[in-house]
Amino acid sequence: MRFKSIALVALTAVGLAAGPAMAQTYPTRPVTMVVPFAAGGPTDTVARLIAQEMSGDLGQQVIIENVGGAGGTLGAARVAKADADGYTVLLHHIGMATSATLYRKLPYDTLGDFATVGLVTDVPMTIVAKKDFPADDLKGLVEHVKKNPDKVTLANAGVGAASHLCGMLLQEAIETPLTTVPYKGTGPAMNDLVGGQVDIMCDQTTNTTGQIKGGAIKAFAVTTPDRVASLPDLPTTKEAGLPSVSVAVWHGVYAPKGTPEAVVKRLSASLQKALQSDLVKTRFAELGTAPVAQDRATPAAHAAHLKAEIERWRPVIQKAGVYAD
Amino acid sequence: MDIFDNLAMGFGAALTPLNVALCFIGALVGTLIGVLPGLGPIATIAILLPITFSLDPLGALIMLAGIYYGAQYGGSTTAILVNMPGETSAVVTTLDGHQMARQGRAGPALAMAALGSFFAGSVATFLVALLGPLLVGIAQAFGPAEYFALMVFGLVGATVLASSSILKAVAMIFVGLLLGTVGSDIETGAPRLTFDIAQFADGINFTTLAVGLFGVAEILRNLENPEQRGVLDKPITGLMPTLADIKASILPVLRGTGIGSILGILPGNGAVLAPYASYTLEKKLAKDPSRFGKGAIEGVAGPESANNAGAQTSFIPLLTLGIPPNAVMAMMVGAMTIQGIIPGPNVMTERPELFWGMIASMWIGNAMLVIINLPLIGVWVRLLKVPYRLLYPAVLLFCCVGVYTVNGSYVDVIMVAVFGVVGYGLLKLGFELAPLLLAFVLGPLMEENLRRAMLISRGDPMTFLERPISLGLLLLAAALLVIVLLPSIRRKRDEAFQE
Repeated sequence: MRFKSIALVALTAVGLAAGPAMAQTYPTRPVTMVVPFAAGGPTDTVARLIAQEMSGDLGQQVIIENVGGAGGTLGAARVAKADADGYTVLLHHIGMATSATLYRKLPYDTLGDFATVGLVTDVPMTIVAKKDFPADDLKGLVEHVKKNPDKVTLANAGVGAASHLCGMLLQEAIETPLTTVPYKGTGPAMNDLVGGQVDIMCDQTTNTTGQIKGGAIKAFAVTTPDRVASLPDLPTTKEAGLPSVSVAVWHGVYAPKGTPEAVVKRLSASLQKALQSDLVKTRFAELGTAPVAQDRATPAAHAAHLKAEIERWRPVIQKAGVYAD
Repeated sequence: MDIFDNLAMGFGAALTPLNVALCFIGALVGTLIGVLPGLGPIATIAILLPITFSLDPLGALIMLAGIYYGAQYGGSTTAILVNMPGETSAVVTTLDGHQMARQGRAGPALAMAALGSFFAGSVATFLVALLGPLLVGIAQAFGPAEYFALMVFGLVGATVLASSSILKAVAMIFVGLLLGTVGSDIETGAPRLTFDIAQFADGINFTTLAVGLFGVAEILRNLENPEQRGVLDKPITGLMPTLADIKASILPVLRGTGIGSILGILPGNGAVLAPYASYTLEKKLAKDPSRFGKGAIEGVAGPESANNAGAQTSFIPLLTLGIPPNAVMAMMVGAMTIQGIIPGPNVMTERPELFWGMIASMWIGNAMLVIINLPLIGVWVRLLKVPYRLLYPAVLLFCCVGVYTVNGSYVDVIMVAVFGVVGYGLLKLGFELAPLLLAFVLGPLMEENLRRAMLISRGDPMTFLERPISLGLLLLAAALLVIVLLPSIRRKRDEAFQE
C-alpha cells in the first residue's frame, strides 16, 4: 500500500517534470475538501465517496470540512479566499451557478475567483406527488394542476434548494403558478409529502428513491435526458411531454483562482480516477446517479458548464423574482 | 405478532462482540462529549463519520446511535454541575439540577438523572419495537397546523418555567422569539436582522446562545465571589439518592417517560418539547410548586426521563419512514447512504436485521450508560471541588472549541462572548433565561408552521380550529394559560380588596 502510493507519486512527478517544482511533490500534506453543506446531506455523501478514493490516489488524506450556511455561499467564500496552493478545494453543486443570481451581494466572484477542476456527477431529479394524488402519469398531473391551480400545493426545501429550482422550471413549463410551501430542508418537506399535507414536489433521486421504491409517494418523471438505472420504469420528462423541465443537480470540484496549473491537473487526474472506481460507481448507482463521463471531469468542460448554467438560470430566477439576500 | 422472533434476531445481530464493543465506544464517547460544554453530538458524529466507512452498516449505526443518546446523558451532567446546557434538552435540567448541586446534592441529582433516563430509555425502546410501525401512521397526521398548535402549547408552558415574576418571564419569551427571527425569511429569502453579516443568514445557532447565556454568564456571576472555592454552597451530602428521593421521583419518571415517548415520535422534532412539557406538568402537579427552581428532585427526574424517552422514540421516524426528525438523525441518514442503504420505508422489510439490531442495541446501550455513569458520579462531584481558577478557564476553552466546531466560524465564538455579557446583565436584573431559550427554539418552528399551514389553507385561519388535533392542542394551551394566570389575578384582586 505504502509502496504503491510512493510509486504513484513518483510516476506523477516524472509525468509532470516540466511543471513547476511545487507540483512535483504535491501533495505533501492532507488536502481539505470544503463541503458548503451539513454533514450527512446528499452533497456531503458525494464528497465523502470521492474524497476517500482521491486520498488513495494522491497518497494524502483528503479531509472533508463542512462549512455550511447561507445556501453554500459561506463555504464557497472560504475557498475563494484560501491559499491557492491546492490544499483547500471546494465541492459544490448547481448552487454555485444559481447563487450568482440568487445572491445580489456575494463575497466572491463566481467566475473570477475559482479554478475549475472537473465535474463529478449529475444527480437527476424526480417529479413526485403524495400517494393518493389523483393522477397516474405526468400528462394527468399537468391536467389536474391546470384544472385546480388554486388547490394544488408545491413543496420545496427553501430558497435556492434544488427542489426550489426544479419547482420554478415546472411552473414555467406548465404555465401555471402554484402555491409554493417552503420547508427548511428536504427531510421535513418529504415528511409532509408522505403524510399527504402537500401535493407535489420535485427533488433529487438521492432523497426520493427510497420513498418511491417503498411506495410512500408517487413518481411521475425523471428530469434528465436518460432514464435512471435504479428506477427503470420511470419515464423522462422528455418522454412524458415536458421536455423543458430538464435539470440535474450537477456537482463540481473547485480550487481557488491562481492555483498552479500543474496542481489543478493533478487534482483533475485524481478526480477522474476516483470516478472510475467500482465503489463510487456502485454507491452512485444506489443513489440513482452515475459519475460523469471522463471528458467532463476536466477543468475546461467544468468551466464551460458553470458559465452556461449561470446564463441559463439567471432569467428563470429573475422572472420568479426570488432572491436569497 | 412475531415481535419476539424479531427481537431475538435483533439481539442476535447486536450481541456480536464487535457490535457490543462499538455500542460501548459510542456510549462512552457520547457521554464524554456530552459532558464537555459546547461540544455536541452533531460535531462529533461529523468528525467520526469517516471511521464508519470501514464498519458494516449495523455496527456503524449502533456506534452513532450510542453517541447520540450517550450525549443526552452526558449533557445533563454539565447542566447539573456547572449550569451549562449543551443541548436544547438539558436547559430544563439546569433549573433544579444545578440548584441541587449548589446544595451539595449533585450526587443524587446525577444518579436520579441516570436512573430515570435508563428506565425511560428501556420503556421507550420497547415502545419502538412494539408500536413503531403503527405509531408512525398516527404521527403522519401531524401537519403544519398541528405543529403550530403544539408550539403554541409549548410556549404557554414556558411561562410556567418562571419561578418568580410572570411578567418578566413573558418579557424573556418575547426576547427569545425576537432572537429566533434572525436569519433569512423561509419563504422569500429576505434577510431579517442580519445586518449584512453572512453568518447571520441562517440565524443564531442554539449552542452559541445557550453556551453564552447560561455558561459564560454563570461563570461571570460566580466570579463575583472570588473567596468561594467551588460551585458548592454546602458540603456534599451523599452520592446516591435517598429512599425519599426515589419515592418522590417514581411518578415523575413514569409521567416523563410517557410524555417523552409520545412527543419523540413526531417527525417534526417534537422531542424538543418533551423535557419542558414534563417540567411544566410536575410543577403543576406538585403539592408545593414553590420548591421548583430551588432544587426539587422531581424537576430533574421527570424532564430527564422525558428527554431520554424522546431521544429513543425519535428513531421511529428515521427507521420506519427514512425521514430524519433532527440534525443528528440527518447525519445517520448520511451514514446509511454512504454504506449503500437508502433510507425509506423499505429498510424495515429489506434489512430487518438492521432495524431490529438497532433497536436491540438501544437496550444494550442504555444498560451500558448506567454502568458507565453511576461509578463516574463520584468523579464528577469531585470536579466541583476544583478551584475556579482551574475549572473556569478549562470550561471556557472547551466552550470556544465546541462552538467553533459547529460551523467552523469565529463569528460564533465572538457571539458567545456577547451573549455571555447579555446573560450576566439579565441575571443581575432578575430575569430568568430558560423561557428565553425555549422561545428561541420554538419561535422559528412556530413561524414556519404557521406560514405553511396558512399557505396550504390559502389564508384561512379556520384551519387551526377545523382540524381536531390542532383544536385540541389550542384548547389545552388556553386552559394552561388560565391556570397560570388565575393565581396571580386572584392575588391582585385580593390585594385590591384589602386596600
